[in-house]
Amino acid sequence: MRTLIFLLRKEFLQIFRNKLILRMIFALPLIQLILLPYAATYEIKNITLSVVDHDHSEYSRKLINKFTSSGYFQLTNYSETYNQALDAVEKDIADLIVEIPIGFERDLIRQNETMIMIAANAISGQTAGLAVAYSNSIIKDFNNDVRIEWLPQSRLNTIPVIEITSSNWFNPQMNYKDFIVPGVLALLVTLVGYLMSSLNIVKEKEVGTIEQLNVSPIKKYQFILSKLIPFWFLGLVVMSVGFVISFIVYGIYPEGSFWVGYLFAGVYLIALLGFGLLTSIFAETQQQAMFIAYFFMLVFILLGGLFSPTENMPDWARYLTYINPVSYLIEVMRMLVLKGSSFWDLRYHFLIVTGFAIVFNGLAIWKYKKTV
Amino acid sequence: MNKEIVIKTDKLTKKFGDFIAANEITFEVFKGEIFGFLGANGAGKTTAMKMLIGISKPSYGNAQIGGFDVYKQTEQIKKNIGYMSQKFSLYEDLTLKENIRLFGGIYGLSDKQIETKSYDLIKKLNLIEEADKLVVSLPLGWKQKLAFSIAILHDPKIVFLDEPTGGVDPITRRQFWDMIYEAAHNGITVFVTTHYMDEAEYCDRVSIMVDGVIKALDSPKNMKEQYNAKSMDEVFLMLARGAQRGE
Amino acid sequence: MPLCLGGGKALCHEATKTQRESMKQLLTFIRKEFHHILRDTRSLLVLLGLPVIQLLIFGFAITNEVRNTNIAILDNAKDAATQNIITRVESSQYFDIDRTLITSQQIEKAFKTGKIKVAIVFQPNFQNELAHTNKAQIQIIADATDPNQATTLVNYASSIIMDYQSELNQQNNIPYTIKTEMRMLYNPQLKGAYTSVPGVMGMILLLISAMMTSIAIVKEKELGTMEILLVSPMKPWLVIISKAIPYFIISLINVATILILSVFVLGLPIQGSLVLLILATIIYIFCALSLGLLISTITETQQAAMLISLLGLMMPVVMLSGYAFPIANMPIVLQVLSNVVPAKWYIIIVKGVMIKGIGLSQIWMELLILLAMTALFLTISVKRFKIRL
Repeated sequence: MRTLIFLLRKEFLQIFRNKLILRMIFALPLIQLILLPYAATYEIKNITLSVVDHDHSEYSRKLINKFTSSGYFQLTNYSETYNQALDAVEKDIADLIVEIPIGFERDLIRQNETMIMIAANAISGQTAGLAVAYSNSIIKDFNNDVRIEWLPQSRLNTIPVIEITSSNWFNPQMNYKDFIVPGVLALLVTLVGYLMSSLNIVKEKEVGTIEQLNVSPIKKYQFILSKLIPFWFLGLVVMSVGFVISFIVYGIYPEGSFWVGYLFAGVYLIALLGFGLLTSIFAETQQQAMFIAYFFMLVFILLGGLFSPTENMPDWARYLTYINPVSYLIEVMRMLVLKGSSFWDLRYHFLIVTGFAIVFNGLAIWKYKKTV
Repeated sequence: MNKEIVIKTDKLTKKFGDFIAANEITFEVFKGEIFGFLGANGAGKTTAMKMLIGISKPSYGNAQIGGFDVYKQTEQIKKNIGYMSQKFSLYEDLTLKENIRLFGGIYGLSDKQIETKSYDLIKKLNLIEEADKLVVSLPLGWKQKLAFSIAILHDPKIVFLDEPTGGVDPITRRQFWDMIYEAAHNGITVFVTTHYMDEAEYCDRVSIMVDGVIKALDSPKNMKEQYNAKSMDEVFLMLARGAQRGE
Repeated sequence: MPLCLGGGKALCHEATKTQRESMKQLLTFIRKEFHHILRDTRSLLVLLGLPVIQLLIFGFAITNEVRNTNIAILDNAKDAATQNIITRVESSQYFDIDRTLITSQQIEKAFKTGKIKVAIVFQPNFQNELAHTNKAQIQIIADATDPNQATTLVNYASSIIMDYQSELNQQNNIPYTIKTEMRMLYNPQLKGAYTSVPGVMGMILLLISAMMTSIAIVKEKELGTMEILLVSPMKPWLVIISKAIPYFIISLINVATILILSVFVLGLPIQGSLVLLILATIIYIFCALSLGLLISTITETQQAAMLISLLGLMMPVVMLSGYAFPIANMPIVLQVLSNVVPAKWYIIIVKGVMIKGIGLSQIWMELLILLAMTALFLTISVKRFKIRL
């Protein structure tokens, strides 16, 4: 026990003397939390619109107006022909084309039916999907306006209408920051708990001091603990700094209780640190450790649902998320912050992450031998 | 010289697959002795030593270090020995005092003991002004002496030195060996590996390893007589002539 | 390759000889670098494997196409109409009915455990209301944690319900109807690969060329062997080139891998000129290499080089290059900042040439920008390098 305290003192001294690490610990959350949520707007607004109006009628103008005043679209181009509009899309001037055919007004009012063409730049499938969805809803609205204008009330009433009301829970303002920020917090904790810890252990291997420790009467578990504990604290510190920054900059704070968050993060960190330990056992140099860590982090984070929903992934990818510890943290963070989920709600998540902690650390301790 | 045996090996062997790094090493070291473990690079010295200090399990054979068995009692061995690795293994980003405190604590010295020994050590090495400086700022020779002092801080029975004098000037080397003499005089057995043959002259007895086998074991004086050589250098050349491994 | 400019035959001979020697030295050093790299199998594996993995993940796993989302149903009516709608929902590829709820209190609980993303609530007496008063209500509640997902899900659910309604309406010919025809340009199947491949290329090349080169150079500095090299008869710039060339080659290998994977595995064809694409890529790699050089002149330790690459390169690239998030939606400040990131321009070029099939005449500006950046980085690096000596 005493040995452990001596080791811990050494670790903390080394960490705090390493200016680089210190700066990272504070700079990293700052930059990520401030830049990332602003950059990561999936909020699609101001989709650039190119209009091809063959009709030039009152109704076509009304329709175009509806598009521009919706707030979703920005009219950047008026073209005479569809091909001209395509040119605009090629040049990145517009991402959506709305083509109103000749005779639009006449056909609508006299023949009761007409057609509009919408073409979307689908390189980003998501943007295209939303652009089309918004367009459809605008057109539907316009359609309703027309009907109300022209149909007598009695006729209107004979059309069965299913009224769909939709409500958005937990994030009624559809604030994307609320979605991204918890994810970024999870990312930060992962960075410290995994990347930095594995680098630290490998450094000792690279420099050679690890041999000196191997020869001494230090027990396996003491050495491992002395390496894990400091970064466990650091991980929680970074998370706290993250919470503070989130609150100051975005006014985001957890709906749920803080202690659930810390408890989960604590267990999660133990799991990750174990994984970091495993990584450091397999790496010989800091460069290798960094590569391996970077590789896993990238895969974990991408597959963890930071940027896109895990629900949409093909089955094989979904199965991978089940064994991906990061996905649990991201989910818990979001649920905690936005829904105020309680410990009981999250019990399965807790269970699984504890499992990870036991498995990773068990493997690491078993693998780590003092004897060569 | 006390005839108490502190290191005893019997056909100690380490194999890596088919490659026999250390082949049935058998010898004894007495208390207070300065024992030189010589050989060319690649001869198997480090492998052998790793088995003695308890971080490598022998393939077969026996050894007792300080009376403790290398298979079953490695923890006890570690408590009773000191070690200085080739790279001097001090923490460069800690100060002198902090390094002393760390290793003192690891080897179970009480706070009071650490305090006293720390003071003595720093005074003896004449490093009072550097005591709170980071080790990285020390010149190589001082790091060496510091590493040795820390290795014997807990008054171990045996101290193992793995190529401790690499890269320093002759004067510093001489001073280093003075420290070794003093330790031996105080009853600490010194087991040192080196490939500097002139340092062999400083030892009480030496063994010379060639291709994983101990080819010779005696005092330098006797060896020189036996091989009709003027220096240990010559002795070594004669022994190592047919060597398969090494430089 | 004799380069004799004036000077006469004798001088020319001397010059050629020195050049040949320099060439030989260069080759020796390049070979040494390759040995280093090849021996480090773990790093090599990551260097070559990372693009592949990223591509596969982005190509197949990361998609915003909705499928099999868990939803809950609260059916307060339990009549034929609601059953019909529920069956449609169940059989759609978008949704999986996870549970049927009894009371509205259960809704919140279901959301809080994270099991469901959408709940559909039918009003009591649905069918009767619809038949007699022509109005009936369905409430769609979405978990808006991910606002985009929520919007998309609500849309899909609504369209399923609308389909039901329009079937009902078949009998009544509803006047004044606007139909829409939709066309998806460049990427009719909405494959995620289209945005991700250019992004992966931009990022991987930057990672390898810039970060690896800088680390390789700094490692020599750290170990002290840099001085040995500088003292040798080899010109300093040759030393630098010898460090950069292996990573240049690895980058090219990665580009080839990525393109082959994109075309044959992800089904993403190269619409434009392959030659132009490769040319642009080479320019971009040069840009990245010069950036790596710059980094190596401002760091002393490997750890520092790594961290600066991570913070100063990877993050801005991921965030601001258009790789993951569309630049147009960012605040103005960030949009301006993104212009500094070389990857941004490269991604525009790749998207243009590879997916839209445009030619040199339309991307010459971006290419020029990349060249200018390269020149800038090199100039700064050379200056700094000279100062240190």
